[in-house]
Amino acid sequence: MPYGPHTLADRERMLEAIGITSVDELFDDIPANLRASRLDLPAGMPELELAAHLQALAGRNRTDLASFLGAGAYRHFQPPVVDQLLLRGEWYTAYTPYQPEVSQGTLQSIYEYQSLLAELVAMDVVSASHYDGAAATAEAALMTCRATGRQRILVSRAVHSHYRQTLATYLSGGDLELDQVPVVAAGPLAGTTDLAALEALLADPARPVAGVIAGQPNFYGLLEPMAEIGHLAHAAGGLFVAVVEPVSLAVLEPPGAYGADIAAGEGQSLGIPTQYGGPYLGILATGDALVRQIPGRLVGMTTDLDGQRAFVMTMRAREQDIRRERAASNICTNQALLALAASIYLATLGPHGLRDVAALGAARAAELEAALVEAGAERLHPGPYLNEFLIRVPDARAIHARLLERGVLAGLLMADIEPGDPGLADSLLVCATEVTTGAEVARFAAALKAELGTVR
Amino acid sequence: MVPPDLRYTKDHEWVRLAADEATVGITAFAAEQLGDIVFVELPAIGRSLAAAATFGVVESVKAVSDLYAPLSGEVVEINPALAGQPELVNTDPFGAGWMLKLKVADPAEVDALLDPAGYDQLIAEG
Amino acid sequence: MSVTGPRLQSTIFEKSRPGRGGGKIPHAPKDALDRLPAAARRSQPAALPELNELEMVRHYVNLSQLNFAIDTGFYPLGSCTMKFNPKVNEWAARLPGFAGLHPLAPDSTAQGTLQILWELEEILAEISGMAAVSLQPAAGAQGELTGILMIRAYHRSRGDLERVEVLVPDSSHGTNPATATMAGFKTITVPSAPDGGVDIDAFRAALGPRTAAVMITNPSTLGLFESRIGELLEAVHVAGALAYMDGANLNAILGRFKPGEAGFDVMHINTHKTFSTPHGGGGPGAGPVGVGPRLVPFLPAPRVLKVDDGTFRLERPGERPTSIGRLRSFVGNTGVLVRAYAYLRAHGAEGLAEVSQDAVLAANYLKGRLAGTYDIPYERHCKHEFVASAATIKRHTGIRTLDIAKRLIDYGFHPPTIYFPLIVEEGMLIEPTETEALETLDAFADALIRIAAEAAETPELVHEAPHTAPVRRLDEATAARQPNLRWRAMTGVETPCPD
Repeated sequence: MPYGPHTLADRERMLEAIGITSVDELFDDIPANLRASRLDLPAGMPELELAAHLQALAGRNRTDLASFLGAGAYRHFQPPVVDQLLLRGEWYTAYTPYQPEVSQGTLQSIYEYQSLLAELVAMDVVSASHYDGAAATAEAALMTCRATGRQRILVSRAVHSHYRQTLATYLSGGDLELDQVPVVAAGPLAGTTDLAALEALLADPARPVAGVIAGQPNFYGLLEPMAEIGHLAHAAGGLFVAVVEPVSLAVLEPPGAYGADIAAGEGQSLGIPTQYGGPYLGILATGDALVRQIPGRLVGMTTDLDGQRAFVMTMRAREQDIRRERAASNICTNQALLALAASIYLATLGPHGLRDVAALGAARAAELEAALVEAGAERLHPGPYLNEFLIRVPDARAIHARLLERGVLAGLLMADIEPGDPGLADSLLVCATEVTTGAEVARFAAALKAELGTVR
Repeated sequence: MVPPDLRYTKDHEWVRLAADEATVGITAFAAEQLGDIVFVELPAIGRSLAAAATFGVVESVKAVSDLYAPLSGEVVEINPALAGQPELVNTDPFGAGWMLKLKVADPAEVDALLDPAGYDQLIAEG
Repeated sequence: MSVTGPRLQSTIFEKSRPGRGGGKIPHAPKDALDRLPAAARRSQPAALPELNELEMVRHYVNLSQLNFAIDTGFYPLGSCTMKFNPKVNEWAARLPGFAGLHPLAPDSTAQGTLQILWELEEILAEISGMAAVSLQPAAGAQGELTGILMIRAYHRSRGDLERVEVLVPDSSHGTNPATATMAGFKTITVPSAPDGGVDIDAFRAALGPRTAAVMITNPSTLGLFESRIGELLEAVHVAGALAYMDGANLNAILGRFKPGEAGFDVMHINTHKTFSTPHGGGGPGAGPVGVGPRLVPFLPAPRVLKVDDGTFRLERPGERPTSIGRLRSFVGNTGVLVRAYAYLRAHGAEGLAEVSQDAVLAANYLKGRLAGTYDIPYERHCKHEFVASAATIKRHTGIRTLDIAKRLIDYGFHPPTIYFPLIVEEGMLIEPTETEALETLDAFADALIRIAAEAAETPELVHEAPHTAPVRRLDEATAARQPNLRWRAMTGVETPCPD
């Protein structure tokens, strides 16, 4: 066993102290008919072989592509200082800070994370983390049902498909209703949430709405009329949940300023690598009015016996270990280390650095749009976007595959994520960030032009 | 010995009945079991409660407990001090730590509750 | 401990000075945002702190030194399995091929990771004795929700809509009943038998046509194997219900008991317990779920599939309509799963069997060392953890388990789990794991025995502990009554800065 310290002598000593002759005696209480068949697994590998094996597997993933893929997970520059700090064993091998006297590092860092995100979202209460943006959004929806006593949620079709699916799964437990608000089909507002349709959906007196959920930017990259959506929700007695992207909050109006009651979102952009899906960082925030409804851990500032400032997990009686079947959520383990990564990232970049990340992405995206249009693509929607947008190309699936052969990952083929939406067929969701280079943009455009056979 | 002018439930609520108005709280024993009380969740004014129904929740640092209505009635007042000073339930559970006042439908329901000696015996038996 | 001792730090907000920091990101063009409507743009900049890098590094290094961690000392937290977190796993997860892979990358570009996920599913299926595994859940609790929702879908698919109850023993982890509520079920709590195990007769009485599932931890949260588990599982199935196993205590039974083979229909695994993925101060983890054949159709989507030509792909949206759907975005906490995979490949069948052997041996050894000083409510051989109680010490000295736990900090140990499970008075749940040296186990036992003596001789010393930690006992009541959950730049600080 690679990490076990016990020698034969150690084991003998323990057996003798217990008063048995074989460790098998300690497993006698497993009924004979239920004892396991042997574990049919390959033999263990010494570290040298293990490392070679893992290296070979990593080599089977492609890291050489000029990638324009976003869609809820983003390529950003991670300053190396973030990971070097994260690799301190005191951070990543620590447990949940249930014994605050020996966990002040973790506790203070979570308090600071809560404070940093509170600044970004302009809301006072931020949970210590949730699993990811999708689960956070689902918990936000459940919060609106508890707070209003209503049982129906409206979510814009322009919210990430994975988030809408997660919502459906989480709401199925309580037999809660989930309806989708369509997007505007054509015209200057195409691709944004249809406010008239939203108003109509809110108007059914027999099915009052607990919460309305919309994203900023939305999944298509477009900017939404968030304040108006919030007004409509409130006018109907419901709450407003904004799904937000934290880097964008350096330059976009935050949810606390446009009337959102709850903010949910994905924190992966804050110094966390894409890692094929996780671990990521679920952001969940609200105001003082709903603080008792927020699930997950909260860290507060207090004092110790000597009057010294200290930090502690607080309002614990909301949580599953105390409330049990009356708990609002079953969440226990969260994503604390990722919240720390996000904090270090924000502390490293500062407000100006974060703003530059967002603004550079916007600038690169505008360059990308110009280059792709010149190459023969067209934007699907006319409205303003930050750093992500949809383009339409004929036979997008084939084009995407051929561009991949040319070393370009041309964003997300929408037909793969929304197969049932004909309006999105032949669309690619493309993204640029501060790490997208002019050379990559040129490569994408040139390859696209060649594939489209456009002559200008 | 618990206050002699009150009546008690087996779930450690107390009731002070004056004509058809009942003041309700939890006993010192209950408060001590819970530890430092940090939050009391009370019903809205106007809510109707049936005897033995849950009317709220009391939270301490490490525990949570449901609160049960000793009598049927309508909530006419809740203690405004508890929002800012939940610790009143620890320091003065039978006085300033009162929780709500009910307009009682049937004052005779109080006969089903424990008298002070009965409650003392309950907590002695543990 | 550091050369000067761990030092409390002011917050990054207090350390901020305008104009500090920078140099990481090129400046964006001034007009980069002009094309955005003014109404959508941020009018008040976020008041994020500005620190130069050295100040920032000192802040986080110093803060880290205030933490107890597996890498600094012994952490006998029952139910948490605080074993060594291998460093090769950190290296592996950070390989650019793994770390830099986008979750929506085309399958052909992700074959290395897809192979790991597929193999990991196979390995976990073998360990658990289950037919198939989903790696999607982000934590044990999310795994529980997945499992219970699958059970719900199963009953509904058979038109069995009356099953609205989930049975759990009173010793269960709080996540079990909380999960049942989230999935729309009513929790029926069944009292345990005097020997600490499930009360089979009480379960039989509670089982019926309204039972959807029972949730059992085996070994139990007391560290005891449920010897009558076969009987219980049979009773559950005869009643038409399904059996969920909370796999938190899997470290005790690797290679000895396969829940799927024994008759459990579904279980979750905590990779951050049994399979060494680091706890990170509270997360991340992963909660893979294994299912028997009945529940395979309902597994979350997308599954990882092996194609005839030996390559791997993800299920496409809508490919398996019976699925309960998604519990989260993308495929799972893949970075955590890569670490678990590395751990499992390092151990192999023999290594894993040794893990459980040594974990159980160490726990029984410690139990023996403490018997006579502490109450041991359950005398029989334990598995990987055991409960000790300070009930007698409390009666004689007034010193409680909480005080003993805090005093352990002064001896350089992290306290064990205290007051869980709820059914033991003044309980301590102690889990040494298999990666602690014998001298560490002995030092821990010696400390606990010493503290029991202190409780009688110098009780104030114990009652006021810890004395040597960076902070003393905290005012948790005020923290909950008047929550201060964020730094307020404008209104200033309520408690003085330690500098």
